[in-house]
Amino acid sequence: MALYSEKVMDHFRNPRNVGVIEDADGVGEVGNAKCGDIMKMYLKIEDGIITDAKFETFGCGSAIASSSMATELIKGRPVSEALQLTNKAVAEALDGLPAHKIHCSVLAEEAIKNALDDYYARHPDIAREE
Amino acid sequence: MIIYADNAATTPMSEAAIRAMTPYLRECCGNPSSLYALGQAAREALDSARERIARCINAEPRSIIFTSGGSESDNQAILSAAANGKAKGKTHVITTSIEHHAVLHTAKKLQKQGFDVTYLPVGENGIVDINELEKAIRPDTCLVSVMTANNEIGTIQPVAQIGELCKERGVCFHTDAVQAVGHLPVDVAAQKIDMLSASAHKFHGPKGVGFLYAARGVKLVPLIEGGAQERNLRAGTENVAGIAAMAAALEESVANMHKNAKKLTRLRDKLIRGLSLIPHSALNGDAEKRLPSNVNFCFEGIEGESLLLLLDDKGISASSGSACTSGSLDPSHVLLAIGRPHAVAHGSLRLSLGEDANDEEVEYIISAVSEVVAYLRGFSPVWRDLNSGKGKFIL
Ligand SMILES: Cc1ncc(COP(=O)(O)O)c(C=O)c1O
Repeated sequence: MALYSEKVMDHFRNPRNVGVIEDADGVGEVGNAKCGDIMKMYLKIEDGIITDAKFETFGCGSAIASSSMATELIKGRPVSEALQLTNKAVAEALDGLPAHKIHCSVLAEEAIKNALDDYYARHPDIAREE
Repeated sequence: MIIYADNAATTPMSEAAIRAMTPYLRECCGNPSSLYALGQAAREALDSARERIARCINAEPRSIIFTSGGSESDNQAILSAAANGKAKGKTHVITTSIEHHAVLHTAKKLQKQGFDVTYLPVGENGIVDINELEKAIRPDTCLVSVMTANNEIGTIQPVAQIGELCKERGVCFHTDAVQAVGHLPVDVAAQKIDMLSASAHKFHGPKGVGFLYAARGVKLVPLIEGGAQERNLRAGTENVAGIAAMAAALEESVANMHKNAKKLTRLRDKLIRGLSLIPHSALNGDAEKRLPSNVNFCFEGIEGESLLLLLDDKGISASSGSACTSGSLDPSHVLLAIGRPHAVAHGSLRLSLGEDANDEEVEYIISAVSEVVAYLRGFSPVWRDLNSGKGKFIL
């Protein structure tokens, strides 16, 4: 069996939403280069809806695929839903990850939560919808 | 284009090796311990292989025992020297920080049994300082184990000097020559080597077979108990076909060594020159004292596994010292030992060329690696920080 599912390889080879949003409403960065994974997420949010999401990732194949899938899962969704995103949902959407790569999906979840924290920090007027 | 550039991991079998092996798979299927003609024919194959292998490293045939490969040979060599030392009250072992895990994990096992182990550092060039080694030898040192050539960065250690020093000081000297045998001249007498490990699949022989050289007077302790094979030093019916193939593969590798080394060194240096043009990259290990087939680079701002996967899509098989490819949390201990910080060590690439490599392939590799590195840097937050001045370039 191959290391990664077809889905993982597809998102790795053709990552969706790669790049930067210059006027992002929330930016999150997690991981560290020492461990070999860094994910940075940029979110554009209008009226409580994530209208755009982009990412930059330094990391292995599954880290890139997890970032790509996570942005796909939250794009066009309300912030309240994105706050509920779990690493499990990311891994499942990728048709599974090898056991030692599960942390990549955890990073993706954390990067999005981190970006949303940043969004709320920048907009103290907006109440957090959990 | 399909390019297998991971010959340090394993090599394809040579025609000569396959030809030498096949008679022992069926027609000449006897057990070398059997008395009848078929058994004795297998016995003769073993004897002949032992003689020919011994000749390739300038050893006596009786000093060669057949094993399942490099790992077993390393384990047996180290555990034997340790047992011999302990019997004389000597429980200090010296090795290096860049050995293969077959050596390092055996050394760790000895530490648990109360041995004191010194892991010699290496310089930035990946080579052991002979003066450091001299200082590390103590009256209770029973073993020095230093590899001939490193499997990751290809650096070649001053084996003859180490052998000389160990002889003077009366310490047993083992070398893991798994990457060297068949590729570099090895002469156990001239280099004063007491024990040497080798593995057939690194020189176009089959996987799962190798040998251990132990000089006369060096007592070996068996790892596997059972029958009287290999003079009671390694039980189990011999891998006759594999051993016959190993001998054929080694003879051919040794016969062509000079010619291959010359060709590969030129291609290696061309590859190194090409990859050096990638900004913020660096060669790992000494530029000259390295295996003719080995190229190992770090590229700042990217991670090795994604690099390997994309190279695989372009038909290039290579390897990396990134943590993601080793299944551990830390990147290669060898890259850390030569002073590469973690973040940089994750972005490493090892290309080990085969003897059939050519200029066109090297040019293809250079352009493919340059393209993939630039692509991955294009969306690497680490690369962005380095370029915006938020991070500091190391390479
Ligand atoms: C330097 C070195 N030592 C030991 C080994 C282990 O050899 P084997 O795979 O035959 O057990 C290898 C190969 O992976 C090696 O490169």
